[in-house]
Amino acid sequence: MSDPGSSCYKYLLDYTNILRIIFQDRYKSFIDLQDKLHQNICRRRTLVAIGTHDLDSIQGPFIYDAKPPTDIKFKALNQTEEYTAVELMQLYSGDSHLKSYLPIIQDKPVYPVIYDKNSVVLSMPPIINGEHSKITLETRNVFIECTATDLTKAKIVLDTIVTMFSQYCDEPFIVEQAEVIKPDGTSVIYPELAYRHEIVNVDDINKKVGINIDGDRMARLLTKMCLESEVIDGGKNLHVAIAYGYNNLNWTIPNTNTISNQFPLNKLTDLMRQEIAASGFTEVLTFALCSRDDIADKLRQDIKTRNAVQIANPKTLEFQVARTTLLPGILKTIYHNKNMPLPLKLFEISDVVFKDSKKDVGSRNERHLCAVNYSKSSGFEIIHGLLDRIMQLLEIPPSQDNSGYKIKAAEDATYFPGRCADIMVHGKSIGKLGVLHPEVITTFDLNLPCAALELNLEALK
Amino acid sequence: MADDLTSRVLKYLSENEPIDSYELSKILEQDHQKIVGVIKSLQASGDIIDAKQQQNKSYELTDEGKQVADGGSHEARVYNAIPDDGISQAELMKSVPNAKIGFSKAMQAGWIQMDKKAEGGAKVTKKIDGIVDVVQECMRKIENLSLDGISDNQKNEFKKRKLVQEIKFTSYILSKGPNFTLSIEKQEVELTPLMISKGTWKGTSFKEYNFNALGVMPSSGHLHPLLKVRAEYRQIFLEMGFTEMPTNNFIESSFWNFDTLFQPQQHPARDAHDTFFISDPATAEEFPMDYLERVKKVHSEGGYGSQGYKYDWSLDEAKKNILRTHTTAVTARMLYQVAQQPEFKPVKYFSIDRVFRNENLDATHLAEFHQIEGVVADYGLTLGDLIGIINAFFQKLGITKLRFKPAYNPYTEPSMEVFSYHEGLKKWVEIGNSGIFRPEMLLPMGLPEGVNAIAWGLSLERPTMIKYKIDNIRELIGPKVNLQMVYDNPVCRLDK
Repeated sequence: MSDPGSSCYKYLLDYTNILRIIFQDRYKSFIDLQDKLHQNICRRRTLVAIGTHDLDSIQGPFIYDAKPPTDIKFKALNQTEEYTAVELMQLYSGDSHLKSYLPIIQDKPVYPVIYDKNSVVLSMPPIINGEHSKITLETRNVFIECTATDLTKAKIVLDTIVTMFSQYCDEPFIVEQAEVIKPDGTSVIYPELAYRHEIVNVDDINKKVGINIDGDRMARLLTKMCLESEVIDGGKNLHVAIAYGYNNLNWTIPNTNTISNQFPLNKLTDLMRQEIAASGFTEVLTFALCSRDDIADKLRQDIKTRNAVQIANPKTLEFQVARTTLLPGILKTIYHNKNMPLPLKLFEISDVVFKDSKKDVGSRNERHLCAVNYSKSSGFEIIHGLLDRIMQLLEIPPSQDNSGYKIKAAEDATYFPGRCADIMVHGKSIGKLGVLHPEVITTFDLNLPCAALELNLEALK
Repeated sequence: MADDLTSRVLKYLSENEPIDSYELSKILEQDHQKIVGVIKSLQASGDIIDAKQQQNKSYELTDEGKQVADGGSHEARVYNAIPDDGISQAELMKSVPNAKIGFSKAMQAGWIQMDKKAEGGAKVTKKIDGIVDVVQECMRKIENLSLDGISDNQKNEFKKRKLVQEIKFTSYILSKGPNFTLSIEKQEVELTPLMISKGTWKGTSFKEYNFNALGVMPSSGHLHPLLKVRAEYRQIFLEMGFTEMPTNNFIESSFWNFDTLFQPQQHPARDAHDTFFISDPATAEEFPMDYLERVKKVHSEGGYGSQGYKYDWSLDEAKKNILRTHTTAVTARMLYQVAQQPEFKPVKYFSIDRVFRNENLDATHLAEFHQIEGVVADYGLTLGDLIGIINAFFQKLGITKLRFKPAYNPYTEPSMEVFSYHEGLKKWVEIGNSGIFRPEMLLPMGLPEGVNAIAWGLSLERPTMIKYKIDNIRELIGPKVNLQMVYDNPVCRLDK
């Protein structure tokens, strides 16, 4: 075994094992198991790659090497011609099954490869095995190699394969070990199939499970769960509990006395929800994620000014950003309910998200209240009236100085010119209200005038 | 109501009963529908008249029938077009409209004859000296709504010739009722302020109400069904002494969402396939560093009696910002806070808020949903306590048949899936997940040895969909919500 040689890729070492097996109808199941392991614990082959070979077609010792892709040439599984690694990568770039594994080694200067004594290529992990050592239904002796970037996982994978299939061997439960010689000259024998010894305390387990049994019974229960146990001076709680039977435990109420508190913002939210519904508005519940257009172009705003949190891996346009306003969600709800009797008076109190460098995660939620009136006339006075009602409920008086609230003419591209105002509370703007710009209305495929208000409820706590 | 027409109907009826309403409309020279209107209002005024409904058949002329009534039948017009010395067939055909039908009918009737061998082509002559145009007479009768002397055979023949069409209509056979009167007094619908102040209500007759009709719905706003259920769950937790956690932070670092919960960095849940990662702001920068070191150690080397996961724990991986995949990230923050207090005080916490999964969407799965979570941290909590408190919680929801099944979660040990027997579906359905937080999660936080934390969680959407029998989650949440469903939704009483 030679040194893989490059620090660019992390394939650590090579575990080898031999199973003498009769396949018959178990062949498919054997392949399925490898597939499942590759998908799950092997994290789509990024942590561990498994190769299985017909031992009778190859000769040890086997050499785990790393070579420039141009120097690797072999007949890959199910191919009729020899290709270089470069050609294979090209070939598999169109293969729906294999193409997702290519990036694991693609940009590395050298690729891992396993040869036998006669320089026959067994595999080029984690991409593909060689055709030469292919397993067939007639294969009797299976050689298993696991290459990995995570030693712990490789051991688990190898142990799993051999323990699950050793019962189908000619002589059941027999697996031949293989010696792996590391680059530094030391050697290891695999599979380890190591036992783990744990000493646990009977009292601790009784306490955690909420039962009271003696050590002998506990040991019997653990042994029943294939955890061979004996009582020593002192006795795993999960398995004891399962063996005991969850449904056989005593159902007790924790003796934990506490006084509950509501989260103040949620309490305010629930109070306001009730009151706004009582004012004739119907509550909607819309998505916290949306497209960039929803919060920018469609509202005649520039995305750069929105201070929005962007999602790196959305599967569709609907999940590009966390919303910074509740308005688009309500307008979409109106679009999907255009057949309902007018006026449509809708509201939502929920969180929007802004970037905020003062927070540990660089962003913060803000609880907004948004309401829309959709009817044959814009109904600015209805929305304005709702604002007055909200302020009345929160004991903020109308005032032309800074001692209460007032609305002050403002320009905002989302709203019709001259029909928009800032909601000023104690001299600070906490939101806007107005008649929506006709282009906003038509962009959401609506055709009637709309008045809306949106404010930051947290500013009114 | 005591208008002219009503009086005339009553007067006629007082002298001539019974009478068919249709005939009456002819006699009074009124549209039948108007008479029906009068009958309906008389019926509503008590038993003034008896009116028995009956179905009638009648005939009316088609356009062709009307032509016949005006200008004679096709056959008569053909007959009349033939001069006494006859006419060539070709010329005859051009002489009148519908000559072809008229010719064959006239031949059938034996009115005319044809000499095919005549010089210059077939020649047609009258066979008899005079005719009676019975068809035209019948048409005129039918036009005047009389069927006297028209046989059924004729009716069928006319129908076949599309000269007439059958019409059906409803009329009433009218006779005097027990309370028959000629003078109808005007019935009032509403009690008015004037009647009350003047006392005129005493002598006034009031129209009967139809108590089978529905009232007018009050105009009002409505709360969203899912949020009504949320409020109910919130109430239940408060009744049980649980304090609400501040979950208003959708963006979370991988550290708090996964690492603190002893979820290894290679765990599939941390894949881009399951989790929304944030590109801006991509990373979290502030962590409690000594705690972070303990988390790193328990992952990579183990400790507290654990073997750990034995891999190189990466700070860069922990810094990655995501949309939180569970509210347990907040639970971790809260339990860490609890551990930082000088002296441990037991806590009971709950939260109900949005979580996000970058999963494939279908009729029951959205990219965001609400997670309900409850947690108790105290000395000496047992698995029996967890089962007991979950049972108490579900009792409040009206769910009494519970079963617990072993399960695996990365951050709880042991873990239990909670099943309840659904009477409607007649089977055990999974309603939640639960477990005891691992020591690998609690001890690095600095919680004292011996303190356990038991927790359970469920989604808000699933029980709501089952409760309101909603199959498609999009009808409940998001812009495609069915507002009529929101308007009609009852109050939420989970134990009902």
